[in-house]
Amino acid sequence: MAHEATMSPLAHADDHHGEHHETPNVFGFWLYLMTDCILFGSIFAAFAVLRNQFAGGPSGKELFDLTNVGIETAILLFSSITYGFASLNAMAKNKTMVLLWLAVTFVLGASFVGLELNEFSSMIAEGNGPDRSAFLSAFFTLVGTHGLHVTCGLIWMVVLMVQMMGPQDLSERMMNKLTCLSLFWHFLDIVWICVFSFVYLAGVM
Amino acid sequence: MLGKLSFSAIPLDVPILVGTFLGVAVIGLAVLGAVTYYGKWGYLWREWLTTVDHKRLAVMYVILAIVMLFRGFADAIMMRTQLALAYKGNPGYLPPHHYDQIFSAHGTIMIFFMAMAFMTGLLNLVVPLQIGARDVAFPFLNSLSFYMTLVGALLINISLFIGEFAQCGWLVYPPLSEMQFSPGVGVDYYIWAVQISGVGTLLTGVNFFTTIVKMRAPGMGWMQMPVFTWTAFCTTVLIMVSFPVLTVTLALLSLDRYLGMHFFTNDAGGNVMLYLSMIWTWGHPEVYILVIPAFGVFSEVTATFSQKPLFGYKTMVYATCSIMVLSFVVWVHHFFTMGAGANVNTFFGIMTMIIAVPTGVKIYNWLFTMYKGRVEFTAPMYWTIGFMITFSIGGMTGVMMAMPAADWILHNSLFLIAHFHNVIIGGVYFGYIAGMGFWFPKAFGFKLNEAWGKRAFWCWFIGFYLAFVPLYILGLEGMTRRMNHYDNPDWYPWMLVAEAGAIVIACGIACQLTQLYVSIRDRNLPENLDLTGDPWNGRTLEWAISSPPPAYNFAVIPDIHGLDTFHTEKQLGLKAHGKPLAPIHMPKNTSAGVFIGLFAFLFGFASIWYIWWLAAISLIGIVATMILRSANRDVDYYVPVSEIEHNEEVYSRRIAAAQAAE
Repeated sequence: MAHEATMSPLAHADDHHGEHHETPNVFGFWLYLMTDCILFGSIFAAFAVLRNQFAGGPSGKELFDLTNVGIETAILLFSSITYGFASLNAMAKNKTMVLLWLAVTFVLGASFVGLELNEFSSMIAEGNGPDRSAFLSAFFTLVGTHGLHVTCGLIWMVVLMVQMMGPQDLSERMMNKLTCLSLFWHFLDIVWICVFSFVYLAGVM
Repeated sequence: MLGKLSFSAIPLDVPILVGTFLGVAVIGLAVLGAVTYYGKWGYLWREWLTTVDHKRLAVMYVILAIVMLFRGFADAIMMRTQLALAYKGNPGYLPPHHYDQIFSAHGTIMIFFMAMAFMTGLLNLVVPLQIGARDVAFPFLNSLSFYMTLVGALLINISLFIGEFAQCGWLVYPPLSEMQFSPGVGVDYYIWAVQISGVGTLLTGVNFFTTIVKMRAPGMGWMQMPVFTWTAFCTTVLIMVSFPVLTVTLALLSLDRYLGMHFFTNDAGGNVMLYLSMIWTWGHPEVYILVIPAFGVFSEVTATFSQKPLFGYKTMVYATCSIMVLSFVVWVHHFFTMGAGANVNTFFGIMTMIIAVPTGVKIYNWLFTMYKGRVEFTAPMYWTIGFMITFSIGGMTGVMMAMPAADWILHNSLFLIAHFHNVIIGGVYFGYIAGMGFWFPKAFGFKLNEAWGKRAFWCWFIGFYLAFVPLYILGLEGMTRRMNHYDNPDWYPWMLVAEAGAIVIACGIACQLTQLYVSIRDRNLPENLDLTGDPWNGRTLEWAISSPPPAYNFAVIPDIHGLDTFHTEKQLGLKAHGKPLAPIHMPKNTSAGVFIGLFAFLFGFASIWYIWWLAAISLIGIVATMILRSANRDVDYYVPVSEIEHNEEVYSRRIAAAQAAE
């Protein structure tokens, strides 16, 4: 959220002389994503250390329902495609279609978060919450951190949709924001593929 | 309603704290009263608190760092006094639970809120000026970063008067820092103070990396960048790679404490060694985050005051980059005794020794820069030479401890304490003070007093050796760190010498305060005024503009043709290029940073005390402020040509006046 709020008017300073000057916003956002990547990397590392510390509790094999996770994965990957359609329409300056595809993306993202919360709550209800074992602490933290990121992305999406309907329209500044959110959204997809492979698949195998 | 907070959390039974509180309250009220009396609130709000100007943020960072230096030093001299007293039957004046809070707070404050704030201040002041930029890439984020740092500092100081601080060292190792052994709010104060300021630091890293990559003046390639900017660049890389790890480590510890998880607990499969590895994956790069910009300062100071180009510019750059990379593969040397095995320890031992090579290259580069130069012995140069001697000794004791076999004996002894104070005071602190003296005229338009600067140097230099050489000896005699009292008669005289050293350092700090006072008092004397903007016959771009610079820094963005272009053009007598002036696009000041800081403060405080309704409201406040800021389209303005012309004219008149005076 912080990142779209940070525009640098200086970047346009040279427009005045007719020189082309690339805005640093998208570059800066890439950097932020790389730091986020290290953040996820650290949690993955903690998970790798603790993944067999069941403390007498259930293992991933007993807990994970791959069908549910498969649906979640499909939904999230599909939401990346729909965001891509939104990006294409933004470049074509077709605001209605941008809003429509963002709405579809939002619904898919929200369903993903819903399914994840459902999985979490049923695990906690069976007494397998994050305080049960080190393995479950690491599992809930890793998957939950990803879910929290998706939730932030959803809030950000709503904010952009509302702003787009207002005076910001599809201005250059709005296009930058859409690019940053797009990077964020696809990045979360990549992280999820790692979660799916190293947490769920490796846990069930 | 108020979570864990109640009146019993206020330590009315500890006279030292009540006295401190009264002192802080009186000084605080005096400052607020003075601002009100002189009617300066509007000025303060418009020109400073809401500013996005990197030069003003720099000043605020350094003021914060100096205030935190007082706090951290007060902790230090209290510890030394305790150990000078607490021998044999005498328990000293600090009971263990209080003493433990003091050594934890001393380390935390000195690293996160003194050194980090000072470093960020120097980066803010110098980097945009050295690369010919008008501001940083994200001016609003820059203001936000400052408020995150400030909020962290406030939280940690509030722990003095409401509740308590952590009692388990400056890196709060579990399992001692877990709920089971530290049920109080001390560790929570630590977590939230460091976590919030860490977000600010990460944003600073992203901001300055983008600035250096994207906003250099035309013609300034990588190998035309001033060395300080290179060191700033390496530091931002280290920040971006290491601070997320700190964020995760502390987040996992808070999940253990708040939600009963088992990352680092003794039971249910938790792993304490995981914490050590993670915290030092951040912690070792952190010490280089602090010292690399200090190396940059020494490079600028040595070249300028030796009146020669820096010897071995390229090797300096390569050495800095090697240190940057190597700093990520040495973290295990902080816990050789953990039992990772001989092979692992050998690898990390050798990597640690290798770091001494690029550092040695730097020392020789500085020496050869001075060789056959016309060295002007100004106060910054004193600090630089003092650094070269002190840091070399500290580096060598570091290499000693890099040998796992030796470390087995020295681990957690006072030898270690002496070593890292040797490199942090002798490297980081000396460097930042040299930098402050060097760039002070750029920020304010007048020089710091030389005589008091040199007095401060001698007190610090002598005081340092008096205070820390005894600790080396005590470490070899087997005295461990964090001891509250002791019985060994051999140790007692050395502890008295160390106490004397701390007092001499206190005189050094007093000299620095006097220096500030005298310099401000005599600022209008002709020998102190910096009319030309180039008081030291400088080499880099920051000296090409007036002191203090206008908000937009450069009326015309300069063209760069090589290293030290400004100095070369000055030698050749080339005049400023007659490029036409154009309106300058600048960011407007914003109060968003202040409000996000305020909400972050409430969020941190509420989380420490389990006041969940307040935490929720302040979190909503943070998000809402960001959304409002993102919707605001009135964020920039143009400086008209007439104003730029006026400023340029004033500057030319000042230069003419300076030339006439010669």
